[in-house]
Amino acid sequence: MNVNFSLYRYNPDTDTKPNMKSYQLEVPEGSDMMVLDALILLKEQDPSIAFRRSCREGVCGSDGINMNGKNGLACVTPLSDLLGKGDIVIRPLPGLPVVRDLVVDMGQFYDNYARIKPFLINDEQIPPARENLQSPEEREKLDGMYECILCACCSTSCPSFWWNPEKFVGPAGLLAAYRWLADSRDTATDERLSELDDAFSVFRCHGIMNCVSVCPKGLNPTKAIGHIKSMLIKRAV
Amino acid sequence: MVTNAATFGRSGVHDYLLIRATAIILTLYTIYLLGFFAFNDVTYQSWSGFFAWLPTKVFTLLALFSMLIHAWIGLWQVLTDYVKCTSLRLGLQFSLTVLALVYVASGLFIIWG
Repeated sequence: MNVNFSLYRYNPDTDTKPNMKSYQLEVPEGSDMMVLDALILLKEQDPSIAFRRSCREGVCGSDGINMNGKNGLACVTPLSDLLGKGDIVIRPLPGLPVVRDLVVDMGQFYDNYARIKPFLINDEQIPPARENLQSPEEREKLDGMYECILCACCSTSCPSFWWNPEKFVGPAGLLAAYRWLADSRDTATDERLSELDDAFSVFRCHGIMNCVSVCPKGLNPTKAIGHIKSMLIKRAV
Repeated sequence: MVTNAATFGRSGVHDYLLIRATAIILTLYTIYLLGFFAFNDVTYQSWSGFFAWLPTKVFTLLALFSMLIHAWIGLWQVLTDYVKCTSLRLGLQFSLTVLALVYVASGLFIIWG
């Protein structure tokens, strides 16, 4: 079976502007390879194609790309999901500067992640010599948040992040923010909320749930953002 | 760095609460008006009688102010998303907010005048 691909190509050293280039790939009948496998085969045809990948099993979050208009991880998206709708259109994650082809500059995304202080802050007690224990109920509150792999599929599918990336933290950053706000061992709740208490950082989320629909790990950043909004409101009124 | 100086609320929380409170009032007012159309024979007399009734006057005034606040905050959010040129954004926001104020003033004179 011949599968047609349309790939976003841009090399800042040689191209004045990005362009879409067509490729054809012979996929054996009955094979349902992942998009990443197809990209690797296309790279054998044209070694100049650039994309990121590492673990190739949906754990590292390196190969977030836009496939037929929807963000996702190339390594866990079967080609069969994209067939039957004409050419398979592969683009880089939207909203971030393109370094080359499918490789984007994740600087802003990581800056926003760093901004929410993604680490335990505990000023009240001397940390226990061994483990800092939680009850099973306290630990359960972190489920659905700690699993984030920072692939940026959610934030780059969010229009609020596209329009105000330096002010709106974005779904990935806010999911991580709530992971620490909900942590029973963290004592910086007020300080964390103060950092987010403005018209943009959290409240630019209008709950359109693009982040939920694209998350390759099945997480729900919109729900976490709702919890942060509730905490900010309870603190203010 | 754009802060919230041009919006109506004084913080993100304030905007969030105001936009929802005003949305509730506008929804209730819409239902109130639909109720009038559904359960009355709409004639000039019934229409003017309906708007001469004090609860309708007060509710209309409340809805007009809600529209002003809702539009002010909503437009600020839309404009800060899509219009990156500060002078154009401020000009648009000024014009649109003045227009919303004109609606409120017109409603005030029509209902109470």
